[in-house]
Amino acid sequence: MRGDFLRHMPGADASLGKGKSFFYRLHIDPILLGLLLALVGFGLVILYSAGGERWAYVERQGIRFLAAFGVMFVVAQFEPSFYKRWSVVLFVLGVIALLGVMFFGVGAKGAQRWLQLPGLPRFQPSELMKLIVPMMAAWYLSSRYLPPSFRDVFVTLVLIFVPVLLIVQQPDLGTSILIASSGLFVILFAGISWKVVAGFGAIVASCLPVMWHFVMRDYQKQRVLTFLDPESDPLGAGWNIIQSKTAIGSGGTWGKGWLEGTQSQLNFLPESHTDFIIAVCAEEFGFVGVLALLGLYLMIVVRGLYIAVKAQDSYSRLLAGSLILTFFVYVFVNIGMVSGILPVVGVPLPLVSYGGTSVITLMAAFGVIMSIHTHRRFLSR
Amino acid sequence: MRNSHHIKDANREKSIFAFRSVLALIIVLAMLAALIARMYHLQITNHSHYQTLSDKNRMQLRSVAPTRGLIYDRNGVLLADNQPIFSLALIPEQVDDLDFTIKQLGEIIDLQDRHVTGFKKRLKRSRRPYKEVVLKSKLTEEEIARIEVRRHTLPGVEVQAELARYYPLGEATAHSIGYVGRINEKELAKLDPQNYSATNYIGKLGVERFYESELHGSVGFETVEINASNRILRSLDHLASTPGKDLVLHMDARLQLKVMELLEGKRAALVAIEPKTGGVLAQVSTPSYDPNKFVTGIDHKSYGLLRDSIDTPLFNRALKGQYPPGSTIKPVVGLAGLDVGVTSRDYTINDRGRYQLKNDDRIYRNWKREGHGIINLKDAIAESSDTYFYELAFNMGVDRMSRYLGYFGFGSNLSLDVSEGRSGILPSREWKRAWRGLPWYPGDSLNMGIGQGFMLATPFQLATMTALIANHGQWVAPRLLKSTRDGSIVLSQRPDKGSDVALNKPDNWDYIVETMEEVMHGKKGTARASGARSSYRIAGKTGTAQVVEIPQGEEYDAEALAERHRDHALFVGFAPADDPDIAVAVIVENGGGGSSAAAPIARAVFDEWINVLSVDADQGVLQ
Repeated sequence: MRGDFLRHMPGADASLGKGKSFFYRLHIDPILLGLLLALVGFGLVILYSAGGERWAYVERQGIRFLAAFGVMFVVAQFEPSFYKRWSVVLFVLGVIALLGVMFFGVGAKGAQRWLQLPGLPRFQPSELMKLIVPMMAAWYLSSRYLPPSFRDVFVTLVLIFVPVLLIVQQPDLGTSILIASSGLFVILFAGISWKVVAGFGAIVASCLPVMWHFVMRDYQKQRVLTFLDPESDPLGAGWNIIQSKTAIGSGGTWGKGWLEGTQSQLNFLPESHTDFIIAVCAEEFGFVGVLALLGLYLMIVVRGLYIAVKAQDSYSRLLAGSLILTFFVYVFVNIGMVSGILPVVGVPLPLVSYGGTSVITLMAAFGVIMSIHTHRRFLSR
Repeated sequence: MRNSHHIKDANREKSIFAFRSVLALIIVLAMLAALIARMYHLQITNHSHYQTLSDKNRMQLRSVAPTRGLIYDRNGVLLADNQPIFSLALIPEQVDDLDFTIKQLGEIIDLQDRHVTGFKKRLKRSRRPYKEVVLKSKLTEEEIARIEVRRHTLPGVEVQAELARYYPLGEATAHSIGYVGRINEKELAKLDPQNYSATNYIGKLGVERFYESELHGSVGFETVEINASNRILRSLDHLASTPGKDLVLHMDARLQLKVMELLEGKRAALVAIEPKTGGVLAQVSTPSYDPNKFVTGIDHKSYGLLRDSIDTPLFNRALKGQYPPGSTIKPVVGLAGLDVGVTSRDYTINDRGRYQLKNDDRIYRNWKREGHGIINLKDAIAESSDTYFYELAFNMGVDRMSRYLGYFGFGSNLSLDVSEGRSGILPSREWKRAWRGLPWYPGDSLNMGIGQGFMLATPFQLATMTALIANHGQWVAPRLLKSTRDGSIVLSQRPDKGSDVALNKPDNWDYIVETMEEVMHGKKGTARASGARSSYRIAGKTGTAQVVEIPQGEEYDAEALAERHRDHALFVGFAPADDPDIAVAVIVENGGGGSSAAAPIARAVFDEWINVLSVDADQGVLQ
């Protein structure tokens, strides 16, 4: 650490602008921070309404955000090379933890996702893997020639899919999709040849029927079937989608007004404060509100990609690019599912849905991105 | 890059990454565009569709049942009331596992198989979504408390309050007011679905049935905002229901109860009519039953007991019991004979206790074996000579006799609002040919002249006849309803419901009333025991209807016959004879003779009405 620090050119941060020096000394990107704060603020406003005007929800979520921003701040203080060095160890520990979940895990609603270790608070190893898997993939590929060879890609895929399969069987389809994409994004950013992409695409497509018959659980199949035809079960599984579409559509251009959404306030919209919170936003703030929210997400993604492009080494680039695209996958899968163009998968709307675990992981990811942006080595230019 | 033995081309890696990032951004923008397009499609293009769906979700048009009109007697005594009852109901949409929930409820309160089968039956009927289905009616306070305590663990279970009919006089009014009960499938098909959308009960019998539309009122509507659990949050709009009309009957509850007391333990029926108004003062059939049991649904066992009882308590003898009228029709036959001129007041016969047609071996007997000696029409009615009426009937012939009896309501139901009354049988040549396929024989006329043979009449018809005689032929159709409380419905006379009887010689009315007074007050009157020591004059006629045909040449011995083979005792009469306030017809099944079993009951009714109840009314004790 100390050695790394010495290699910094004193005043490198200052060269980026005097106004930014304060934040850069704190290893914070003020633009990204501002956008995140705006998103979190908007999210809390929606949450107050979605949670049935209960202040307790906002308070609890606010405390989580405070903790999450703290995590982000701490994570940002470490150099990218620190994470690179520890990637393999973290990955091995992560896989062991996932195996632990498989055999000793605790859970609810038929899914076994949590690990309770003596002396430690209960935690969800799959959440940590959202960060560790792209780290591992970035570590491996950044140590190779880029663009990667077919063999490198294959090894990376194996590294990605060992944890992914462990999470699929918990079962947790949403998290597996996010982790798989975060790994795949690393491969894509590393410059994998499009022919190889097409080849793997063909293999995956041919595997789908196998997945359907041997891997997917009944409730997952049901979700896909319901997605394809929600009206087939209007009071059962299709209810959620019909109600969320109704909430979104009835919002119109300007929305029904804050706290005035009948679908959410009268409980017709299920899970209105968690996975389906975008429907509350769409109902109460209308199309305009949705555009504002999507605009914020877009700006965060653009800023993240900008930071990735500006990063000084392959590991940082691949990791930052993967993390920020994974963040967008959250947004796309969640809104796509709530608006009925994707099957129902348990993916929250990042930094807006009520719930603690994903908030911490997401903010830790932003901490990594900020670290990448603020620990720039002057010499490597 | 410590583990790398290759020479890495940092610039190439960087440019690959930059290119791929731009590509990624383009893909991100495309995906965002897809989301925005989807949102646009939902929120702008199809906004009105989803707005409608959203409104449909939260706004519900609920119908509000009107309060059923009450029924009062002529003095304002409540005969049919509405009382709140609490029922256990399930909203099937909100119950995950019906059988399990019912099992759970069965552990909390007493649930029997009949409750469950009734519930399953109701469940199969078409209903609005989220409309509750009753599982058990009339919960006790304790049951309500037990359910309420467990309510939070029983989603979709509700205790609902509703108004249900209550008949304070119970058995006494069952055969006149009737009762309401839960609407069944057959009734549902005929009802106006909108007006009955919130109604659970419908009049099944009696006044409740006849005046169903007046008592029911019209449904109200309320637009309410509900949440996803179907709980009403607020009322958005509402159109009040119109309560049913309160009815006031001619009936006098005190007289009705008095009659119940008089007929106690008998299979009997009594109908009392106020001749001037046609109003039914009392209408009783015994044994009776408690109509309150039928309101929310009677259990199988109790119903079976009522249905299978040899005394047939469910059978309304007053309206549906068709009996040979016996000698009670002799005044009408006599009046007809006088009016058509086949007999006169002075014409006498020598009654030797038997009558025979020419060329016929059959002997038509008089009830008094030795006969009544030399008698005129008045004697024949007072002593109820059969012989006189055999001859009169033979001379008059069936056509004229049938026509006159028809004037008095036989063979039809002439009441304005007693819809369940049977018509009895008024025999005629045409009737016999149509129903028996045989020609009319002279012997048939003889039997008809004394109210036997084919002829059948209900107690209600006999009371109608009696009231018409009391009115000297002036027709006032019998009716139960006096008015509505607000005075809005007044029953109007209907041309198809009877008309005045115009005699060729109107003074025959007075004469026939005299003959009937002779029955009560004459030295040889058959009901002189019941007419004795009265402060007013009574006109009456006894009757005895044979249940078992007595073979030719055999003696009738009441003692020897099984109780149920004994004759029916009948009596008709009105009082005071010169200015009648009340006309009564009474039948006591297997009571024996009319003079001993039926006439004393009528006398008690007359006394009660004229000496007790009317006096009270005059002194302003009522109201």
